[in-house]
Parts: sequence; C-alpha cells; structure tokens
Amino acid sequence: MYKIVLAFRYFLKRRITHFAVLAVALCVFIVVVVMTVMTGLVGDFKQKNHDFVGDCVVGTESLVGFAYYEEFVNILEEQKDFVEGVSPVIKSYALINRKGSERNEGLEIMGIEPLRHSRVTGFGKTLNYHKGDVSKTFEPAYDPNLLGCVLGVDVGRRLGNVMSPVRDADGEYFYESSPTPAGYSISCFPLTSRGALSKAGAGLVSTKTFYYSDTSRSGLARVDFSLVYLPFEWAQRLCGMDGSVKRASAVHIKFKPNVKLQAGCEKVASLWQKFKQRKAGERQAYLLDTVTVQNWKDYRRSSIAPMEKEQTVMAVMFAFVGITTVFIVLVVFYMIISHKSKDIGILKSIGVSNAGIMELFSGFAFLVGLLGSCVGLLGGWVFLLKINRIEDWLFEHFRFQLWDRTIFAIGDIPNQVNLKVLGVIVLSAIVACLVGALLPSLQAASSTPVDTLQVNQL
Amino acid sequence: MSKDDFILKADGIHKSYRMGVAKVRVLKGVDLAVKKGEFVAIVGASGSGKSTLLHILGALDKPNKGVVKFEGRDLSRHSGSELNRFRNKMVGFVFQFYHLLDELSVLENVFLPVMVGKSVVGWFACRRWAKSRARGLLGQLGLSERAKHKPYQLSGGERQRVAIGRALMNEPRLLLADEPTGNLDSETGNGILEILEELNRLGQTIVMVTHDESIAQRAGRIVTLVDGKIEHKSIRA
Ligand SMILES: Nc1ncnc2c1ncn2[C@@H]1O[C@H](COP(=O)(O)OP(=O)(O)O)[C@@H](O)[C@H]1O
Ligand SMILES: [Mg+2]
Repeated sequence: MYKIVLAFRYFLKRRITHFAVLAVALCVFIVVVVMTVMTGLVGDFKQKNHDFVGDCVVGTESLVGFAYYEEFVNILEEQKDFVEGVSPVIKSYALINRKGSERNEGLEIMGIEPLRHSRVTGFGKTLNYHKGDVSKTFEPAYDPNLLGCVLGVDVGRRLGNVMSPVRDADGEYFYESSPTPAGYSISCFPLTSRGALSKAGAGLVSTKTFYYSDTSRSGLARVDFSLVYLPFEWAQRLCGMDGSVKRASAVHIKFKPNVKLQAGCEKVASLWQKFKQRKAGERQAYLLDTVTVQNWKDYRRSSIAPMEKEQTVMAVMFAFVGITTVFIVLVVFYMIISHKSKDIGILKSIGVSNAGIMELFSGFAFLVGLLGSCVGLLGGWVFLLKINRIEDWLFEHFRFQLWDRTIFAIGDIPNQVNLKVLGVIVLSAIVACLVGALLPSLQAASSTPVDTLQVNQL
Repeated sequence: MSKDDFILKADGIHKSYRMGVAKVRVLKGVDLAVKKGEFVAIVGASGSGKSTLLHILGALDKPNKGVVKFEGRDLSRHSGSELNRFRNKMVGFVFQFYHLLDELSVLENVFLPVMVGKSVVGWFACRRWAKSRARGLLGQLGLSERAKHKPYQLSGGERQRVAIGRALMNEPRLLLADEPTGNLDSETGNGILEILEELNRLGQTIVMVTHDESIAQRAGRIVTLVDGKIEHKSIRA
C-alpha cells in the first residue's frame, strides 16, 4: 500500500516528474501523428492499387499476349463459389496524337470491356461522366456514335489539351460539365503470335482515331499520367491480337467477399495449371508459358514495395525515438532517485525490502509512462483531427503545403487513427519508462540504508 | 542473572571501513548488553563510532565480526525478509535529522510503518485502527493540531516528536535514538528527553547515542565508547 501511496506522491509532488511526463508525451505525440499519417498514406495507396487491379491477375508481361484466354475466362466464370467477376484486358504501348496538334506522346493503353472491368476493379468509380452508366463509357456525350476513349486524368494536359481537368492546390480537380470534343489518333505496332510485326505489307502501324469520352482518376500518379482506356475489341485489333486465335494480355479476377486472397489465388493457379496441361498440344500453347498468376499485391509490387520500405524506415526511426525516451526517463529517474536516496534509507530502516523499493519506483515509472502517453495520445489525436485545417491555414497564410497537391495524388492528409497502433505505442511508452527506471531503481534498491542515511550526518 | 533477561546482547562487535587503501577500524570488539526496560546512553566523541554501533544493533548494518542477539536470537541468522520484519516490528529508530518523508503528511509519516508491514488488503483491514493509533500518539506528543501538516511546516523539535511517533507506531521492543537532540536547542532537546524518560517509565527499552555527557545523564545507565571499545560502565546513583 505504501508503494502506491508514495508512487503517487512522488509523481504529484516532484516538478521534475512533470518534465519526464512531458518528454514521454512529446515522443508519443510525434510517433502517433507520423505513424497515423504514414499508415494512412500507405493504406490509401494500397487501396488505390487494389481498386486498380482487382484481387488476382492471370497475365503476361509479353506484348504478344497469350492465347485461349476466352476458354479460361469461361472456366473462371463457372467458379461461382469463389469468383465474383472476370475481366480480360489488353495492355500495350501506343503513340498518341491529339487531332490538330503536332505533338506525339508514348503512352500506355488498356483495352477493357467497361462493365466487366468495373465489376472486377474500381474502374467505374474513377470515371467522371459515366459513373452512373459504365456501359456507355466509350460513348462520348457530344456524339455517342463516335468511338470513345477514356484518358487518365492527367493525360489530357500532357497532350496539350487546355480543356482537360486541372488539379488545384487542394488536390481537387476541376472538370468541365461535359467532355469537350477532342479526337486522338492512337497508333500501335501489331505483333504476330511470334512477336514479329504483322501486316508487314500494309504499313507497319495500325492507327485509329478515338474521341475523348471520359476521364479516369485512379489516384495512382503513374496511371493517371500515362494510361488511356480503349474498347477491348479495338485495342485487340490495334495490337494484332485478333487473329484466328484471339489473344489478351491479362485476365483480372475479383473474388467473392468471403474468399481469402491467398486461397483464391491458389485455386486460380491450380485451375491455370490444369488448363495449361490440357492445352499443351495446341498450336500457340507456348504463349501460355509466360503467364503468371499473381495477387494484386505481387502484381503491383514494384510500386507498393518502395512505399512499404519507407514505412519500415519510419518504424526503425521511431525505434530510435523510443530509445531516446528510455534515456530521458533514465536520466530523470537517476535525478529523482539521487534526490530521494535519503527516503530510500528511511524506508529501509522501517523495514521496506529491496523488492519493495523496486516496486515503488517501477510504479512511479508506470505512472509517468501512463500519464505521458495519455497526454501525448490525446494531443496527437486532437492534432490529427485538426491536421487538415492546420494545413489549410498554413497554406492560406504562408503558401506552405506538406505535400504539394499539384504533384502528389493526395487529397486530405490521412488522419484515421488505428486503435491497434495506438495500443502498441502506449504500451511501448510504458515499457520504455519501466526500462528507463530499471537501472536507477536497481541501484536504489541495492544501496545500504546506512550509506544513504549517513550522507546528512557530518 | 540468566542471559534471557537481556533483550539485546552484543559480543565482540568489530566494524571497519575501507577508505581507499586504508582501513579504518571503527569498532574493535564492543560488548554490550541491554536489559528489558532499561534506558541506556552510549556516549563518545564525535566520530568514535556510536552511530555505527547503533546501526548494527538495529540491523541496519552488519558487523565484520561479532554477534548481536536480540531476545536470544542471533541477528546474522535472520533471512532478508526476517530482517525487514525485524526492522519493521521490533525496533524503532529516531535519527538526529528526523528523516521524515517530505511527501507525506505528519499523520501519514507516523502510520507509515504499519502500512509498510501490511499488504494492500491487510492495510484496508486495519487502516482505521492505524490512523486512530497514529492520532493518539500525536496527541501524546502534543502534535494533535499538526496531523495534516507537511514536515517542512514544522519546527525541529516538532519534527523529532513526529519521528518518535513513527518509531513507536508498531510498539517496538526496542527504541534506538541517534543523537535525538543533536540538532535542537537545549530547551527543545529537553522536551524530547522528557518524552524519552516518560516512555522509559512506562516500560520502553531505549538505547540512546549522544556525544553530550549532560544529556547522557538523563539515561538510567551510561556506557562510554572510546577507541572502538566500551571503556567503562557507570550506573547513575
Ligand atoms: N559508510 C562509511 N564509510 C566509511 N567510513 C565510515 C562510514 N560510516 C562511518 N564511517 C567512519 O566511521 C567513523 C565513525 O562514524 P560514526 O559511527 O558515524 O561516528 P559517530 O556517530 O560516533 O560520530 C567515522 O570516522 C566515519 O568517518
Ligand atoms: Mg553519529
């Protein structure tokens, strides 16, 4: 009982403990804020990638594509127990030229069936004009009979179209109320199933004009800056994948909500293996060898991994913050305990054990850690709630932005606190305090009462 | 006289301190026996080892050689937890510099030994009793009005009386006082000595250490510590 009473009294009565609490609070504050923002950014980025890809991709990197995809799509669509949707796509590169301008840009194209693709991915939600009616995605509002194309939200600017959506300082886009008429001629190099340029006689390039029908904002900078969606058949034709045996680049798959990503992908992989074996004797079976089955994380690894690395680096840096906390607490406790050495002698002279002294100061450290992390947590939470308003204010008055919204595809700074992360932070802070207090407490406990009491005697 | 009459018996106590390479021999074979109900004063010059001896008698320190028996039992045979119990229940210490805890009130300082000796549950079971006993002690010591004050708000004499209250809280068999008046003016010191005399009259065994002969005169028996040994014993006529 005396331990509890004294731990509280020391805690309340010593000015220096307030500094210790403040130090812990500051550390917790920083970690909470940065971790929340960082976790938010990474989570947001992953979500956008997931939305872009769907759950699983069966596909090849080869520009030739792979054959017999339709049969495999049929097989997948029969898997009603775990497959929600399947969308074959064509992926390639193309030269794009806006009608009336001399400029050519090399861009990526993706041929999709809009309805199917938005059943598998978040495609439909990224559109501006056709959100409500995805099936008409490739019908330009100004003339539904024209062949439409969907430009990544930043592609139009890149092609020098001043009527394209512009991103303002808040990271929001300004769209025209309806798409401005514009034609883009898109040129591809059609390849044979052996990878040679086809149509060798009739000019090596196939070109077709598409009309701006909508714009897609995935939130992924690279995608929004360099991807153009085309109708599936047209993309297939442009790339020369529409021969007697049709080819596609990939099949995107979405699983039923209760299906685990790993399990779903494994099922798809085994289906693919069986399919491949069955096709082994066919003429273009060799194309199937380049095909891999990947979940969305692996498929987008090259863009997700650096972000995750950054998060890891952050975590390591905060481990150092934690160690600093331990040292601050250690110093403060050394000071407190050297001030209190007389008390320790007194307590021992009335029968307090070494363990009792240890527990007393550990309890004290626990209180410092608990209050410190609560204050830091509360401060961090309030700060996070206001972080976007603070940033807005800074921008209004000082033109300062944490992330330049004209460059980064970020809207608001993420401020969703994660309870699990908070729990870990609080626990670590308390452990840091206990560790910091351990050495001084041990020293205090092992001191002999006579020595500590003698100090004052001349 | 059977040896059981002695509450405390020290035989051949040696104690030395290492000061760098030199070894300072402070106690060189002290023999002392204290009977139940006695009031013994140990006198000696400053630095003669009185405090050292008292700490050894109260199990705050261990001798290099020699035996201290309390009620016939060798203190060196006690385990760590038994020694803690011993310091908590059997002896009460009064120091020259009072040694109160600044963070606790006067009343809390007095009942602290009871709190130390009990678990949380044990404390809740007896805290009313402990508080009322502490108030009673403060009353006897003339400090009823001061219960809620903090030690730093008290004068030296008042603080020493609080320290005596704390030492008596667990009704120890033996009260050990190390220069209890050393830091007080003579009038205040006299008050403290009167309290000790009164306690002794009521049967409390007391061992007091002082460098002042005139203060020692108030005790029932004086022993003198010279050159690390008890030199001469005299009984007040
Ligand atoms: N912990 C210690 N370390 C070294 N020397 C000590 C220690 N305690 C006491 N001494 C020495 O022992 C001698 C006796 O000290 P003490 O018992 O306090 O004397 P007194 O109480 O009679 O004034 C002194 O010379 C003192 O310096
Ligand atoms: Mg002394």
